[in-house]
Amino acid sequence: MPVSFRVNGEVVTVDVPADMPLLWVLRDVLDLKGTKFGCGISQCGACTVHIDGTATRSCRTRIETVADRNVTTIEGLSPDGSHPVQQVWRELDVPQCGYCQAGQIMAAAALLAENPAPSDDDIDRALDRNLCRCGTYLRIREGIHRAAATITDETAQRGGGAS
Amino acid sequence: MTRAGLGRREFLKVSALAGGGLAVGSWFEFLTPSEAAGDVRRSFVANAHVTIAPDGTVTLVAQNPEIGQGVKTMLPMLIAEELDVAWTDVTVVQGGLDAENFSGQFAGGSNATPTHWLPMRRIGAATRAVLVTAAAGMLAVPEGELETEAGVVHHRASGRSVPYGDLTDAAAALPAPDLESVPLKDPANFRIIGTDVPDVDNEAIVTGRPLYGIDTTRPGMLYAVFEKCPVFGGKVRSANLDAVRAEPGIRHAFVVEGTDNLGGLNPGVAIVADHWWVANRVRNEVLEVEWDEGPTASQSSAGFAARAAELFEQTPAGALRDDGDVASALAGAAATAMGDYSYPFLAHAPLEPQNCTAEFRDGRIEMWAPTQTPGGGRGLVAETLGIPPEHVTIHLTRMGGGFGRRLYNDWLAETAWIAREVGVPVKLLWSREDDTRHDLYRPAGFHRLEGGVDADGRLVAWRNHFVSFGNGERFASSASVRSSEFPAGFVPHFSMGASMMPLGVPTGALRAPGSNALAFVYQSFLDELAHAAGADPVQFRLDVLATPGEDQGLDAARMRTVLESVAERSGWARRGDLPRGTGMGVAFHYSHRGYFAEVIQATVSRAGELSVDQVWVVGDVGSQIINPLNARNNTQGGVIDALSQAFGQEITIEGGRAVQANFNAFPLLKMRQAPPVDVHFVITDNNPTGLGEPALPPAIPALCNAIFAATGVRVRSLPLSNHDLSWS
Repeated sequence: MPVSFRVNGEVVTVDVPADMPLLWVLRDVLDLKGTKFGCGISQCGACTVHIDGTATRSCRTRIETVADRNVTTIEGLSPDGSHPVQQVWRELDVPQCGYCQAGQIMAAAALLAENPAPSDDDIDRALDRNLCRCGTYLRIREGIHRAAATITDETAQRGGGAS
Repeated sequence: MTRAGLGRREFLKVSALAGGGLAVGSWFEFLTPSEAAGDVRRSFVANAHVTIAPDGTVTLVAQNPEIGQGVKTMLPMLIAEELDVAWTDVTVVQGGLDAENFSGQFAGGSNATPTHWLPMRRIGAATRAVLVTAAAGMLAVPEGELETEAGVVHHRASGRSVPYGDLTDAAAALPAPDLESVPLKDPANFRIIGTDVPDVDNEAIVTGRPLYGIDTTRPGMLYAVFEKCPVFGGKVRSANLDAVRAEPGIRHAFVVEGTDNLGGLNPGVAIVADHWWVANRVRNEVLEVEWDEGPTASQSSAGFAARAAELFEQTPAGALRDDGDVASALAGAAATAMGDYSYPFLAHAPLEPQNCTAEFRDGRIEMWAPTQTPGGGRGLVAETLGIPPEHVTIHLTRMGGGFGRRLYNDWLAETAWIAREVGVPVKLLWSREDDTRHDLYRPAGFHRLEGGVDADGRLVAWRNHFVSFGNGERFASSASVRSSEFPAGFVPHFSMGASMMPLGVPTGALRAPGSNALAFVYQSFLDELAHAAGADPVQFRLDVLATPGEDQGLDAARMRTVLESVAERSGWARRGDLPRGTGMGVAFHYSHRGYFAEVIQATVSRAGELSVDQVWVVGDVGSQIINPLNARNNTQGGVIDALSQAFGQEITIEGGRAVQANFNAFPLLKMRQAPPVDVHFVITDNNPTGLGEPALPPAIPALCNAIFAATGVRVRSLPLSNHDLSWS
């Protein structure tokens, strides 16, 4: 079944079974390998992408439900890897094996878009289903706080946002 | 195995690269074990790690498999340090399996640091020496007047400088220096070693570029799943292959007879399709297999526990160690303790499921393989296919975790077989359920412990009946214990015996193998004895360590130092101020050459809900922390891994198969459960050693001892999710 949707700003059309998960369309049809497979049952968060800005588990998202929607993957989070979350991830050396980090970054970016100054509890809730087998949680938490501070500074420098 | 202690002569060869630039390879000549026994034949293993381009850029080959332990960054740091180049000028590339040029090319046993600390530095230093000689010729000055810094040779007296990139042709014409005698830097002059260096793959990771085995693609590639018998060792009787083949998108379906090697090519059914998801769906929804389950179908965790309880009532089948007279010492002890401890099977659960991509053509196979042991993988694939090992090419990829699972290469054997059958490039990918249910598990184990202290509160007696798995003569893989394992050698009256149960479930090494279970048992029971003696658990341990006897497995002075340090840093002396329901626990463990002592503060609500407030870690891994940033990360990760195991992880065997299949039943620690982890390293005058493993083992007993301090509940079996921790 042909399905058209937007991936990282570009319209694509794929002809795959209607119930094929978005994860496998991204990875094996569109060759966007940044989004990872970890569990297949929406438990680990390695497959997290944004659909119309909302952090979503692509492993349990049937492709037919994505028609005409906007999907953002780690490859499209920023044009040049300069999203504040990506920058602090480098600074803090957040990754160990790195396999979960695309999902962590996408979950963190979605949280910050909605809540520019999240508390520890907010972070715990938003990333509750993003597992890290290597145990990088301490730096993920610190990274989100630091990225939040960066975003706040940038907003202030631009003149205080939408006031 | 490391080659420490064997004679070695090392040479360096320098040659010009076509198109300019300098490639440096070192020729290691080392004595094999047969040589050490008087045989004069020599083996030659060559290495090629360094390329310097005329523009001054430096490419360093990271030779070892990267599983998240940081070795792809750390080994090139060692070369770059002695080469005296700026880290910003270095590009690191992953080397493939190259048995002729690389030695020690595996990820396991926290071995990379002790094995490569000197050889990698020597490669850098020898390359620098050649460049200095070339510069001396070019500038017509003595070598002794030259200095190097950040890829440039300086002659201070004349103010002249030559960048390395200008010396490549001249250096290539020079003879190779002797690696063994090349001078190394005084550590006081290190510029890269000892600094925080982020992982070289961070850019690819944070932008989602292909990097891992699962990201491999080849032109015309198909995707495979492989269904194995849920009962370990089971074989295929029949399968509805025609129905499978009739499904849209399915290209191949066939039975693989397999072998009896549970760590090799297992019997199963391969399904190959245009898309992995299609192959996996058909496997789950269409495939029907009749299995010959075999004898393991009668085995279960409950059965093992029942049999262990019976064996505890008997004399151990074999004695592992017997010091003094334990029976008399126990009888005469002022206070005693006794406890039956146990721990479950565990899966490795790396987040990237097992996968491999391969092309078989003209009797040769090329593989893109996430494996911790590429050399072992080549051997297994060659044996499985009946082709010479030199016809197996293995490219290494970064891996989404290893933890010991990727030591075994069973999925490489499956991939190789399928690739030969289908004749086009194929990627085999296991589902999470495959990965959890077809592991080589950390073996379960059972210990009956008795111990006694004398009237002065000193530990005088320790008896351990270890019920493990094996065939009666040999322990199953990773199911043994060293006779020198602490507290052996520190207790005057000490006995350890073992009994074995037959096991059809495959077992293997999990991060800090052996230690990840034994530390829990021994350091928890040591705590019981400290309490029986009415002693401070830290002081009790210090006292035990104060009297080393014969054949003990660790350096007591080093352990005492980290233990005293962690007590200080954690505020152990003030633990009496903590409210009810909050407690501190301590533990230490020596493994993989590392000395670690840890304190955990935990809080248990009256209802029994556990939270870990803070962890303090003090480690001694020798004279140099090579990359402090990664050392801290790895240590924190080891602690969090330990907490994951302790909180809720368990593989239950029923009917010869693993019950748990995915993360909903085999939970990893979550963000909200992860405590702050304070990490401190004590620097000692010992050779630097590895950090992948030794921080993990003490965290589990430190937590259990904290729970006891908080609640009075003594945990003698894992995981904690099986226990009611409520108190009133």
